[in-house]
Amino acid sequence: MSADYLIKKRSNTLKVLLGLGFLSLAAAFITQYDPVTGLISGLDAMRWVAANFYPNEQSLTRLPSIMNRLRETVLMSIAATTVAAFSATFFALLGAQTTKVNDALRLMSRSTAAFLRNIPAVAWAMILLFTFGQSSLTGFLALFFSTFGFLSRVFMETFDETTASSIEALTATGASYMQIIFQAVLPASLPQMISWMLYMVETNIRDATLLGILTGTGIGFSFALFYKSMNYHAASLVVIVIVVTILVIEYISNHIRRVIL
Amino acid sequence: MSLLTVKGVSKHYNERIVALSDVSFAIEPGEFVVIIGSSGAGKSTLLRCINRIVEVTSGVVTFDGLDVGSLDKRELRKMRTKVGMIFQHYNLVNRLCVLENVLHGRLGYKSTWAGALGIYSEEEKAQALRVLRLVGLEEQVYQRCDQLSGGQKQRVGIARALLQDPKLLLCDEPISSLDPNASKVIMDYLKKINTELGITCLVNLHQVHIALAYAERIIGVKRGRVVYDGLTEHLTAETIHDIYGSEAGDLLLGSGGNHVG
Ligand SMILES: Nc1ncnc2c1ncn2[C@@H]1O[C@H](COP(=O)(O)OP(=O)(O)O)[C@@H](O)[C@H]1O
Ligand SMILES: [Mg+2]
Repeated sequence: MSADYLIKKRSNTLKVLLGLGFLSLAAAFITQYDPVTGLISGLDAMRWVAANFYPNEQSLTRLPSIMNRLRETVLMSIAATTVAAFSATFFALLGAQTTKVNDALRLMSRSTAAFLRNIPAVAWAMILLFTFGQSSLTGFLALFFSTFGFLSRVFMETFDETTASSIEALTATGASYMQIIFQAVLPASLPQMISWMLYMVETNIRDATLLGILTGTGIGFSFALFYKSMNYHAASLVVIVIVVTILVIEYISNHIRRVIL
Repeated sequence: MSLLTVKGVSKHYNERIVALSDVSFAIEPGEFVVIIGSSGAGKSTLLRCINRIVEVTSGVVTFDGLDVGSLDKRELRKMRTKVGMIFQHYNLVNRLCVLENVLHGRLGYKSTWAGALGIYSEEEKAQALRVLRLVGLEEQVYQRCDQLSGGQKQRVGIARALLQDPKLLLCDEPISSLDPNASKVIMDYLKKINTELGITCLVNLHQVHIALAYAERIIGVKRGRVVYDGLTEHLTAETIHDIYGSEAGDLLLGSGGNHVG
């Protein structure tokens, strides 16, 4: 019986692998992608990067304006994440099994979060461009919606995982709903919540860079501008600044995580 | 007048799971009663029906002259402040310190916002420190609960319940996660609380030898029904066999978890 099960499981794995292999062959055929040409053009690209894509002395004079744009992007990511985290906390309390107020609100909150989460930030930006045009508001709202959906979901899971037993204990003492939320649920979940927020700040700085190309704001706009005017040295400086920023942010958030967890 | 009466209480979790059927008994002020039964017998459900963490399907629970089933939200919270509860897994907010956890015992008496924000009077803090001295934790007042041993955590649980100034203490397998030494310490504290503070205790135990050592009166539960209710010294080996089924031999002869295999 259990041997049968294992054989069945293994043959299933094999089927999935064969299926995936077939899919990638079919995709390569349909798009007429030739892996050899792909590899060669990759090498060509590397050669071009080495020849043109590095900052020179003149491009350094652009640094102050690039840093200004960078600040815009970073601040927008942090603002969108923070506002989204506050709203998500509220929704997640309504949506988690252990902290729900009633089933109707729970369903409402879960489906809203699921809907928002499944639309990526870039798609949000495209939709919002129609309403708000190329502005930081478009970028901010795009980040806000996708972050809000994601954080609602993970906060719900955090509440359900970490707090059922202490909620029961506080209920038994005669504590009210608000008291239980503030005295048990939030204190127990806060480190995890902050950790998820930091993760979203990192993700959002990456996304905001791409969104900036679309919305004409922030560091993404700087890159698009230099790139289109064929100022590759300045464009490469932008890329370096972005990479360094992401590394620094990741270092800081890892440090914060170590302290709070 | 009895402090607690349970009359014809049944609990069906769904069509198939009948956790309690037609359970009746009464507890007098000052009694120390142990409920024994194998796991799944319905002991935990029974205790939770008393403070309405679980709603009964039918039957009446009367506590201190109040019909528990008919209380509205506010009255229920007020009633719960008079019933302390102690759990197998302690159910503390592990990231908070000992004092904060103990003060949770006052939440039912406080206004919603004072409680939610954790604003306690000097009198309440002094009372918390008194109770912590009583259970021998005066050294650990500001320690975080996740740094405590199992036995210490359970004493925090007891202190939290005592801070409610309860008339009845419901203990759901208070020693099932503890080693024999810590178990004895906890049972001795419960006994002391019963005799010196005059607080009525209703204790669920899986281990029959400990029930025999501490209880004045034993209630035996089997598959959701009360099959024995009487003085400890009148409990016969046959009845214990009936309550525990095939497990009984080990529990009686080897005095349960104490013998090392
Ligand atoms: N929340 C629940 N939902 C469904 N069934 C439950 C629930 N809690 C307990 N039960 C069932 O009710 C019965 C009694 O459980 P319980 O009161 O926990 O027994 P004990 O504490 O004596 O081990 C068991 O069959 C258990 O599976
Ligand atoms: Mg139980």
